[in-house]
Amino acid sequence: MRQKEAAAAGKRKMKASLGSRLFDVFNVAVMSGLVIVILIPLLHVVCASFSDPASYVRYEGLMWHPVDFCLDAYKAVMRNKNILTGYLNTIFIVTVGTTISIIFTLIAAYCLSRKNVMWNNILMVGIVFSMYFNGGMIPFYLVVKGVGLNNSIWALIIPPAISTYNLIIMRTAMASVPDSLEESAKLDGANHWTILWKIMVPLVKPTIAVICLYYAVTNWNSWFNAMLFIRDKADYPLQLILREILLQNDTSAMAAGAGADEYLISETIQFATIVVATVPILAIYPFVQKYFVKGVMIGAVKG
Amino acid sequence: MKRKMKIRKKTEPVYINGRKLTFGERVKRDFHHNWMLYLMLLPIIVYYLIFKFGPMFGLSIAFMDYKPAKGFTGSQWVGLKHFKNFFSDYYFGRLLRNTIRISIFTLLTFPAPIILALLINELKSKRFAKWTQTITYIPHFISTVVICGIIVKLTSSTGGITSILHTLFGIPQETLLNKSAYFIPIYIISELWQSIGWNSIIYLSALAGIDQELYDAARVDGAGRFKQVIYITLPCLFPTIIIMFILMMGKVFDVGYEKIMLLYNPAIYDVADVINTYVYRKGLIDAQFSYSAAVGLFNCVVSFALVTITNKFSKKVSGSGLW
Repeated sequence: MRQKEAAAAGKRKMKASLGSRLFDVFNVAVMSGLVIVILIPLLHVVCASFSDPASYVRYEGLMWHPVDFCLDAYKAVMRNKNILTGYLNTIFIVTVGTTISIIFTLIAAYCLSRKNVMWNNILMVGIVFSMYFNGGMIPFYLVVKGVGLNNSIWALIIPPAISTYNLIIMRTAMASVPDSLEESAKLDGANHWTILWKIMVPLVKPTIAVICLYYAVTNWNSWFNAMLFIRDKADYPLQLILREILLQNDTSAMAAGAGADEYLISETIQFATIVVATVPILAIYPFVQKYFVKGVMIGAVKG
Repeated sequence: MKRKMKIRKKTEPVYINGRKLTFGERVKRDFHHNWMLYLMLLPIIVYYLIFKFGPMFGLSIAFMDYKPAKGFTGSQWVGLKHFKNFFSDYYFGRLLRNTIRISIFTLLTFPAPIILALLINELKSKRFAKWTQTITYIPHFISTVVICGIIVKLTSSTGGITSILHTLFGIPQETLLNKSAYFIPIYIISELWQSIGWNSIIYLSALAGIDQELYDAARVDGAGRFKQVIYITLPCLFPTIIIMFILMMGKVFDVGYEKIMLLYNPAIYDVADVINTYVYRKGLIDAQFSYSAAVGLFNCVVSFALVTITNKFSKKVSGSGLW
């Protein structure tokens, strides 16, 4: 529908003035430039990871093709057990965390979107307030420690379980479902719990997909809480392992055995690590992209 | 069925048969009808009390000399001591200056996604527009740690960007993140690189919602493309712009401290150290809980005040706000 309109608008613009056509050329040029600027650093990372370490160090500027193709960096990354355990921990956090988050968000959104419930407005005020005012890092740390989650992988799952922003999006989606569905289900003897899972959930599936993705990405990216709460390296999520390798230059474990080239190979190892840690996300990205875009629009409607 | 629905609708009204219900009666009626909802909400309320409101009450340690050994109740109240110490702290001026400076530069990037959305919207080829969008979103899906890793690699003494800048402008080949002068440009440009595409989505969706007849009418009146943007597109986008701006104001004082923490080092603390990174170092590295909670509270209050003021202002000027 929208595309048709756009196409029609495109036709109408056919007989354009010279200035208008010049602008079009300029616009395409600017956009192409932007696309290139966005891609160049990523291309550099990929190319560097496949390059020979010694050739990489001699190379000046940003790469657009691998120099002396070589897989040593990847072999070194594969030797690193930490990346594997990090991956497994992150997968655990993403799957379990997202499941818990979505269940809690659905329940909260359902209850808070019901009409004629006396305390809902007051609860909503409190919940929205917590979005704009929070205690900050130190009290949060003390609270999480206080409930005994310190040094446990659950510290990365339970405390951030509900995102108020996602809750509001979900609540809006549920509030827009016609009341008559709930009423007729009630006449059939269904209680709120059944209505939520049997009637509501199927109706708001698109929103659930969007919010699942939001939670999953947040869980995947999160490193700060892990830095605060996790001491045991076996429990490190991937991002924390990456931080050690990329930002604290801890590549010794992987570079060991490379002999005199240890220093050289550590450079390309870092690039290979980035690729290994990012490719899975970028591989699913084209398939989920439209849901993300949809999510932003749902949020926009909420305003 | 109709009768039943009518009864149901009467759970909330204050008046029944012309008589005003007392508060107690209303609570009872409400609980009678909705007890199951409250039961379902119970875990959620507990969660919010512990993890969202708990830290707010925990802020009271900012007015205490909190000692983990003595616990929350055993520690001594000291009033505003930590705030006074912070305001006379040797680093107070520097922290405030850095936080405000980075906030302002972040705010300056605010129009960028709007401009991008307008330009994408003007593209004739829809296929090209779609490709542009897809590619500009990509950096949003790369984690902060990896982004910072890429930045550090590219701006190191042997990094690609350093050597290009060396060839173009003759700057010495050294680690750029060790030089104060380069920190803000690196921070802001990488921020733009990462978020410009993603942040433009919301404007693009608002643009798609504009009534095409407005443009037709403008064209009949002889408005060119530029005039159409000024007189139709921008006014239609305005509510979205306002909302996004207020939302940004809420976050701006928190300056992406997670990213700063990954990028900075003691050599550039003079420009890169902001309130939140200082809170982290004082509180969690040096274990000065009360002092850093006070510093954090200062940050929270300023943030909250900024949102509230912006919201009030926008309501007065444009009639639209967050609440």
